[in-house]
Amino acid sequence: MLKKRIIPVLFLKNGLIVRSQGFEDFREFGNPINQLQRLNDWMADELIYIDITRSGIHDLKRDDHKIQVAAGTVAILREISKESFMPLTFGGRIRDIGDAAALIANGADKIVVNTAAHRNPALIGEIAARFGSQACVVGIDVKCENGRHRVYLDQGTEPIEMSAVDLARRAQKAGAGEIFLNSIDRDGTANGFDLEIIDAVAKAVGIPLIACGGAGSYDDFEEVLSKTGASAVAAGNIFNFMENAYVRAKKQLVQAGLPVRPPHREPLPTKVTV
Amino acid sequence: MSVSGVGIIDYGMGNLQSVANACDYLGYRPVILKRPQDLAGLRRVILPGVGAFAQGAGNLKSAGWFDALKKLSVEKSASLLGICLGMQLLADEGEEGAAPGGFVEGLGLIPGQVKRFQRTHVRVPHIGWNNIRVLKPNAVLTADLSDDYYFVHSYHYVWAVQDYVSATCDHGGAFAAAIHRDGIMGVQFHPEKSQGPGLKLLKNFLERGC
Repeated sequence: MLKKRIIPVLFLKNGLIVRSQGFEDFREFGNPINQLQRLNDWMADELIYIDITRSGIHDLKRDDHKIQVAAGTVAILREISKESFMPLTFGGRIRDIGDAAALIANGADKIVVNTAAHRNPALIGEIAARFGSQACVVGIDVKCENGRHRVYLDQGTEPIEMSAVDLARRAQKAGAGEIFLNSIDRDGTANGFDLEIIDAVAKAVGIPLIACGGAGSYDDFEEVLSKTGASAVAAGNIFNFMENAYVRAKKQLVQAGLPVRPPHREPLPTKVTV
Repeated sequence: MSVSGVGIIDYGMGNLQSVANACDYLGYRPVILKRPQDLAGLRRVILPGVGAFAQGAGNLKSAGWFDALKKLSVEKSASLLGICLGMQLLADEGEEGAAPGGFVEGLGLIPGQVKRFQRTHVRVPHIGWNNIRVLKPNAVLTADLSDDYYFVHSYHYVWAVQDYVSATCDHGGAFAAAIHRDGIMGVQFHPEKSQGPGLKLLKNFLERGC
């Protein structure tokens, strides 16, 4: 049967992995290439990299260049795709089909598009038509304020009226293959996931949902996977800062009887150097 | 198998770099094939692919691959492995990208059709790790490889006869995870993205052919 996925998310700022809280307060953690070995050893189900570099830093020498995706991000992607044999999803700063194409051409299996997709849903259709729906993940960032959920664009800065549920439905209709739902207020708090919004969005669509934001303990993963219709849980900080957390999380989930891929099954064959 | 007898077909449908990286890791030096003439002398050919059936079939046809791969199949000059869309294109026809109710012609190397998942209780696309059931082990898909592999697709191969189905997978019902017919093999999942089991399968293909 299809397993639920546990996905490490790596937020990149100026080419380095960072931890964040509430989409602010970023602290550098490490170099994505150096961190890769650990992720490979864990045999992670999938990896998601999101470039959260704010506009301006990488664009200074590139104002005549159409592609917004930082050259550094593409370089990182190329390196990672050489050494990893699991699915890679890259996102952040994708503004048009050219940005998406640049990432897919350089090794991304899937791309995550957020702000641009909500401002212009036709972009979703464009990406799906060219690369297939399965390559197009639509990201939705949501904040719970006074009991009400509100969607924000542009890295948590611009609130919009349309609800997460309606946006997800629209994205599916436009051709999205998956939804990546991130909770802004839970981000970095280790207080647990926002089960209510996760389940609401999961129930509203027929495509898979990846839930992110709030993981503090392995119990949190168990909650999402047993109480909501999410197809996958994603987390950043917990996997970066707790020793062997990924393997331990999977062990707990397996013991709880949840359908996840057990840790440490078949190792890679030894690399052959000619 | 010589490290230099492997080719990966480039027909503009993405993702061949990951396949090349995997072959590289296993000690082979795959050649990227842009034209059918490039097939000469190769013993292992991989047809990767991500995207729509109609587009893929169109690209293959206009570059002359339909005739070339039919010839390869008849002459048995090389073993051919189709991955994901590459597997689907081995079939007679597919409905993705065709006019409503219609089909687009495939390579016709393994009888069958490619249709969209019609499932009510599971999510489509079928994305993630799922285990396969090996019905007919062969040199590439050995019986011990009933493991989890990474799938990411909305369409699947539908068999005319079950003879060519070497493994099934379950997603709201069984569907073909791998097909095989004398020298031609297809896998719906991505072995180059399926870590241990995937690389082992690729290794089997590269070493032994099918």
